[in-house]
Amino acid sequence: MVRVKIWGSLRPLADGQSEIELEARTFKEVLDQLGARYPALRPQIKRGVSMALNGRIYREAWFTKIPPESEVVLMPYMAGG
Amino acid sequence: MAFDQNSKRIFKLVGSRPPRPDGVEKVTGRALYGADMTAPGMLSGAILRSPHAHARIVSIDTSAAEALQGVKAVVTSADFGVPDDEFLRDVQDNCMARGKVLYHGHALGAVAATSAAVAKQALALIVVDYEILPHVTDVDAAMRPDAPVVQEGRSLENVGPGLSQNVTSYCEFGHGDLDAGFDQADLIISRSFKTAATHQGYIEPHACLASLSADGRGDLWCCTQGQFFVRTLCAGILGIEASQLRVTASEIGGGFGGKTTVFIEPVALTLARKSGRPVKIVMSREEVFKATGPTVSSSMDIKIGMTREGRITAAQAQLRYQGGAFPCGTVEMGAQAAFAAYDLAAVQTQGWNVLTNRPKEAAYRAPGAPMAIYAVESVVDELCQQLALDPLAVRLMNAAQKGTLSSYGPTFDDIGLRATLEAAQAHPHYSAPLRPNQGRGLSCGFWFNFGGNTCVSLNINTDGTVGITEGNPDIGGSRASISLMAAEELGIPYDKVRTIVADTSSLGYNDVTDGSRVTFSVGLATIEAARSAIKVMCGRAARIWGIEEDAVIWEDGCAKPAGPNAGAFPPMSLAEIAAVSANTGGPIAGHFEVNADGAGVSFGVHLADVEVDPETGATKVLRYTVFQDAGKAVHPDYVEGQMQGGAVQGIGWALNEEYIYGADGRLQNAGFLDYRTPVASDLPNIDTVILEIPNPGHPYGVRGVGETPIVPPLAALSNAVSRAIGVRLNELPMSPPKVLGAIMQRG
Repeated sequence: MVRVKIWGSLRPLADGQSEIELEARTFKEVLDQLGARYPALRPQIKRGVSMALNGRIYREAWFTKIPPESEVVLMPYMAGG
Repeated sequence: MAFDQNSKRIFKLVGSRPPRPDGVEKVTGRALYGADMTAPGMLSGAILRSPHAHARIVSIDTSAAEALQGVKAVVTSADFGVPDDEFLRDVQDNCMARGKVLYHGHALGAVAATSAAVAKQALALIVVDYEILPHVTDVDAAMRPDAPVVQEGRSLENVGPGLSQNVTSYCEFGHGDLDAGFDQADLIISRSFKTAATHQGYIEPHACLASLSADGRGDLWCCTQGQFFVRTLCAGILGIEASQLRVTASEIGGGFGGKTTVFIEPVALTLARKSGRPVKIVMSREEVFKATGPTVSSSMDIKIGMTREGRITAAQAQLRYQGGAFPCGTVEMGAQAAFAAYDLAAVQTQGWNVLTNRPKEAAYRAPGAPMAIYAVESVVDELCQQLALDPLAVRLMNAAQKGTLSSYGPTFDDIGLRATLEAAQAHPHYSAPLRPNQGRGLSCGFWFNFGGNTCVSLNINTDGTVGITEGNPDIGGSRASISLMAAEELGIPYDKVRTIVADTSSLGYNDVTDGSRVTFSVGLATIEAARSAIKVMCGRAARIWGIEEDAVIWEDGCAKPAGPNAGAFPPMSLAEIAAVSANTGGPIAGHFEVNADGAGVSFGVHLADVEVDPETGATKVLRYTVFQDAGKAVHPDYVEGQMQGGAVQGIGWALNEEYIYGADGRLQNAGFLDYRTPVASDLPNIDTVILEIPNPGHPYGVRGVGETPIVPPLAALSNAVSRAIGVRLNELPMSPPKVLGAIMQRG
């Protein structure tokens, strides 16, 4: 079981929750399950999201493994200059 | 790719300062930039740009231009398709207006002719019938429900009611109970801030040469931060398969984020396709200002509560960014970065991206962060002033560190903020005396950094030298750093390695040179490619010696038997193994492909001393010191260069630089004469202090360093000027008339 924190402006799209419990072993499973459980999140997931796993930011790596008890935070897709 | 924690290696080359590999070519004028490319039969391209801020294109008559002798092609939006993908459609529409011109300088036609003079003459013959529309260039005005609408139907699902359609997206971050936090404060300060749009100010204007033959194969040479992304955009817009369009990046005369997209390249390719000849387009400086991508401008409200001892109890920010005529996602970065330096129990940031009749913003070093952190650091400084607290001690008291729940969500791993603050506190600069009309400002800065898609190919040449092929244009010294890391890993001299930047047909996809990613990601891939080549070389030595491969180790640039039981063979150097490679299995190479993660966030602290002339309001920077965590400084000259360059660009942003629009929506200062960037005579030496807190996500501990240094100068300068004149300033740039006005109001 993974607890995924989502940022504030996504909360209204996820029944007001700030943390969502999922059975997910990878970044992709997190995204798939979030989209399945909360269809209103799909547009943002499609536009792009990053994931912070135990403080480290991953932008696209679907198969990043999520160890048990990890801190998982959904973030907007990172861009830089 | 984890930090090599067990090796505790003492670096032999990484951390040294060898001469830069591009130095001779650049100082002798031989380096080839975008405008230096030529081709037989080449035509000159020129672009027609809108004189209006906002207008419907009723009709375009190109017949007279087409009839002019020497004109070989004229294109408008009618010569482009309409991409299904919204992002690609926006990129195309920014390069060539479709239906409406959305800002002063927006392209709406282009000509290819046998000379630049004929092309210019032809542009004057294009007749456009405009229906002028109301315009808006200010972010707060653009958000009002009755504002002129730049584009309809672009608001995302997260935008609340009651705002103009110009508001395209909304974001919110934070945690904790704000009301309870503010209740605990002894002093709460709320302030509003504005910052102007600024340009990256790169010296080299955009330039490209495009060729597209009748069989559909194309070549494009251009100055860019990312040739692979240019290929993606141009191939998508022109309907070409990626394999048929080869894009080669030239040397680059500055980018800083502004060359991460396309402005002229799809136009040149379309002209080349229509004319059947190569077409070169070189932007003028005026075009660069009018029609490339400056930063967002901003309007912000900040509220922070603090105890009389200096502990921040709650913090709140509302950020409104205008990003020009097309949607952007910049406020999300600012909203996440705003309070990153602080360990806060209660924090909230809200952000809105807004359309205006200005050119579409582009990235500029740490996009979105400098303005947000400017506003936050200004209020923190004012709280310190009013509570008579030392501003550096307050930052230390509230500093984020390992284990802190960041204001944007994740818990921090190893970070170097506290170390940089302590270094600043201990530095003689912080305690140096000041005279009347002088002030000292301090600010923290932050950037996320990231990795991304990266490919490296490393070839062992038969003479014992090494060639590295990578795919990221070198905008900050990456070729030297990559060569250093390869030489370090292989155990050979630095001058035996040459790194080149490949075209899009020579290597797999590489993300753009941005996000402070190249020394981190390409360096990581280079180290792994070297390790791969070392494995091959150990195998070759094992075969020569007739022992098992795992009985061979690599040490000091040589294959050696792992121990006495492996045999008594003399070490074989890389050159010796390479020389017989044809006999032992063929060419030796290593390569590595990765979507790198684990870049590690970066913090910096800047100290600025200024003197303000009370009679003119002019500010002189007297002393400036940058403290930054580099993880591991691979080539310290370049790290210092990044720190100094970021500081100077930030000083310009703080003191002088701004896009000025008239009431007619036209840009009034499209040139370096009226858009004033700092020059060497304006500045003191920028002192630098590099800290090295290893990034756990890189084998050598490297962190990106390119973006963080532009973040703190805005607030460091504003805090210094505010303290010098005894009045808080809440708007950038702090040009002399504004500062003088504040002094006169003070009385």
